[in-house]
Formats: sequence, C-alpha cells, structure tokens
Amino acid sequence: MKITELFERGEFVVSAEVGPPKGFHVEHLLEEAKTYLSGITAVNVTDNQSSVMRLGSLAMCKALKDEGLTPIYQLTCRDRNRIALQSDLLSAAMFGIENLLLLTGDHTKLGDHPQAKPVFDLDSVSLIHAVTELEKGVDLGGNELIGEAPKFAKGAVVSPCSDSVDAQLAKMERKVRAGADYFQTQAVFEPEKFIKFMEKAKQFGKPVQVGIIIPKSAGMAKFMNNNVAGIHVPDEMIEELKKDKEKTKAGITGVEIAARIIKECKPYCQGVHIMALGWESKVPDLLKLAEI
Amino acid sequence: MLITELKPRETIESLADGKKVFVINCQGCKEVHFPEKEANELQKEWSEKGIVTGIITTDYICNPENMELRLQAHKEEIEAADVVLVFSCGVGVQTIAGYLEEKKVCAACDTYPLPGFQGVTPLEYKCDQCGECYLNLTGGICPITACSKSLVNGQCGGAKNGKCEVDSEMECGWERIYRRLEQIGRLDVLKCPTQVRNFATDEEVSK
Ligand code: SF4
Ligand code: SF4
Repeated sequence: MKITELFERGEFVVSAEVGPPKGFHVEHLLEEAKTYLSGITAVNVTDNQSSVMRLGSLAMCKALKDEGLTPIYQLTCRDRNRIALQSDLLSAAMFGIENLLLLTGDHTKLGDHPQAKPVFDLDSVSLIHAVTELEKGVDLGGNELIGEAPKFAKGAVVSPCSDSVDAQLAKMERKVRAGADYFQTQAVFEPEKFIKFMEKAKQFGKPVQVGIIIPKSAGMAKFMNNNVAGIHVPDEMIEELKKDKEKTKAGITGVEIAARIIKECKPYCQGVHIMALGWESKVPDLLKLAEI
Repeated sequence: MLITELKPRETIESLADGKKVFVINCQGCKEVHFPEKEANELQKEWSEKGIVTGIITTDYICNPENMELRLQAHKEEIEAADVVLVFSCGVGVQTIAGYLEEKKVCAACDTYPLPGFQGVTPLEYKCDQCGECYLNLTGGICPITACSKSLVNGQCGGAKNGKCEVDSEMECGWERIYRRLEQIGRLDVLKCPTQVRNFATDEEVSK
C-alpha cells in the first residue's frame, strides 16, 4: 500500500522508524516491530543512519513486509552512485516495496568509517528526479526500462526548525518540482516554529508528517542541541526533563512532552513520524496520550 | 592547466537577453585555453546592437590587487549594466562576484580540467573544473568547492548555526549561496530545473 493513498483519503498518517543492526540477526527487531508498531501505518527503515555501517535498508524492508508491516524504504546518496541507486529501486519494486524516503544522507566523516569515499553522485533532488523518470519507464541515462514501469510514493525530508529555514523551504520547493509526493520533517520541539513553517509550506500542496523524537532525558536534549542540525529543545523542556529524575518516572515526562508537541502540531499537518531511537516500546503510549 | 569553453550560445544569449551588459575577458594565464575568437565575435555583435556598457580585457583577473583598481576605473560602466558577464575560468568569475557583491555576475564559460596549474588562485576562491559551471545558478559562489558534498540542488539538512555538518569551522556553502542570491535579488534562480551532474567531462573535452 502506498501511503499517498491514505493522505488522499484524508487520514492522519502515523509512521515510526527502525534502524537495522550492525549484524544480520533481525528476529528481535521484527518481534519488537510487530509488538509495538503494527498499530501504525508504516515503518521507515533507515539507510546506514548517521553514516554508520549496518544491515541494508532494502533487506530489512523486505523482512518487515513479510511480517505484514508496510515499510518505507529510506535511500541516501552517500554510498551509491546513480547506477546502484536505480538498480536498488528496481529491486525494491520487485519486492513490492512501494514507499520511499529519498535523502542526500549525512557525510561519511560523521560516521564510523570516516575514511570512506563520500559518493553524492546524485543528491536528494536529483534522486527524486531519477525515481520520477523510472516511473515514466526511462532511467537517468535515457534508456527505456523493459516491461512495466515501477510506481512509488516518493517521500522527502525537510527541516522546519532549521536556522536556515528559508534555504530549507527553497530546497523543499525543488523537491516538489522534482516529484516529491509527501514530506517527513526533522524532529520538532518548537511547535510555534513548525506552525510558522507550515504556513509557508502549505503553498506546495504536499502532505507533511511532523517529525517527533521522544526526549529521553535532559542530557539527551542538551546533546541534540549541541550536535544535531535543525533541532533545538527549549530550556523549559530541559527543566521539565530534569525534574523527571529519569529513573523514578522512567521517561514518562519525555513521552508527555512528545504527546503535547504532536497535539499542538496536528491541526497544521497531515501525519506524524516518530523516531523512537530505541524506545519503540513507548510508541503505543505516546499515541494514546496524543489521542491518535 | 585547464580549458575554458563558451557556454552554449542560447545560454549566453539568455543571460544577456534584453539587458545591458558589462563584459570582462580574462586572457590571463598561459595555462588556460581561452576561446578568444568566439568571445570576440559575440562581443562585437553585442556592441553593434548597443547593449554593451563596457569591456575589460585583461590577464589574471583572479589577482586581487590588479582587479580592484581596474574595476574602480570602470565603475560607471559597471553601474550602467544589468549584468556583468565574465569570460574566464571559474576562479575568475568567483573573484569578480566577490568584488561586485551587489551586482548580478554571470559566467559565460564552462571550465574543464587538464592536469596542472590554475591561475593565481586566491585562497578563498576555488574551482574544481567541473565542466558545467554552476556559478550562474548560485550567485557566483561555487557549489562544488564551497559545499562539502558538492551539492548542486540546494542545502542539505546538516547545517547548524550556519556551519557545515562536516566542519564546524566552515560556513555552509549553500547558506552563503542563499544569502548572496537574496542580496542580489535573484532567489528566482533556485527555481531552475533539477541539476544532475555530468562526470563524463574528460571524454567530452577529448571529443
Ligand atoms: S561550478 Fe565551481 S568547479 Fe564548476 S566550473 Fe564553476 S567554479 Fe569551477
Ligand atoms: S551543511 Fe551546507 S556546506 Fe555542508 S554539506 Fe550541507 S549544504 Fe553542503
């Protein structure tokens, strides 16, 4: 199922994220996904997230699909040139994987193989363009595909609380023009900024899922403020998390904060994308608290 | 060493279309092959049409001291022009764009590599001789060298506090590009078609 069909029906689309392991046993991950994520619409599978080498996104998508979940195949331009990317897209079509999230990808220097060659033969925009071309039955080299052309729901990302939000909006527009069907955002901790962003992003007429990270602790929030692009956790929230004293309330404050953000953003967007970062077990509670 | 070639005629003409043009030719370093004849012909045609406000033909436009004085001397002609069209390698165009911050500065040439040395490259301006000069789409700031991923379609999501995700000392190249385009009132060039890089330039040159 393409998640674009749900947007079209006016549903509020919920997705969450799983990161494949650095190893090839995925049984526990599949169990976890089935237990905690089967109530939601779709599951993103990250592609060597943060430039750290792991099991492949495509293989994990296939495994999730076999378990009855709807995967969203994340694809970055960091590790593969246009030949490999288009080839993997055809492989995805063969497996019946219909949802994509197309990204530029973090630089290799940020991960666990800083010596690796960063590819970036394409970038997020030209990758979306490549998929649009494949859907017309031609590859980027201008050669015709044999048989049926693949069809995907083409997702892209945007960073609404970035300090260069205008440059982000300009890039978003380029993605729309290249063929992006829907957007997921970087994690939002400042609903006011997100709402302002949506006022401008509305003009593109594409569904947007607000990105949510459950803040696990004050320490994690501070770390993100110092190190993660496009994320700013306000001081009041950090204070709230501090009071939580972490262990006593076992992170409930973080879930409450995340639920509050979802509620505030919901009237302005078409769905939510949860990056649980190991806290998949808290997703059902979060959704209940957020009244979704 | 490198080769500069005129961009396709339609591209150059669309840059000058209906505008007053100030022309800068760099015939500087012997390391650069410059399409002198074609450039002269085109400029002669334009002069006859009366759209040229002035021409500087010189060497080493990438040499800062030299260039600042020369631009000063042509101040009025430059002011009278809607666009400054630079016939040089990528470094030259970036140097001029750096001086004429308020002006629309465009590249008339593409730059291809040959092994060897390129101009009197001042440190701030770098050109990787990518073969499809993007400077007209980026306000004269080179996306290939100013962005750590050499992105040609806009900013990635990695910039924090205006700095690049790879190096917290380095300004995000696309943030600079965005600001420059805003300053010269040319944010509309960001609406250009999707750019797909061509890495086959070596072959193209030897053809
Ligand atoms: S875009 Fe950059 S690398 Fe390419 S020719 Fe122009 S200045 Fe040189
Ligand atoms: S942060 Fe800016 S300079 Fe660095 S890779 Fe991204 S767009 Fe390029």
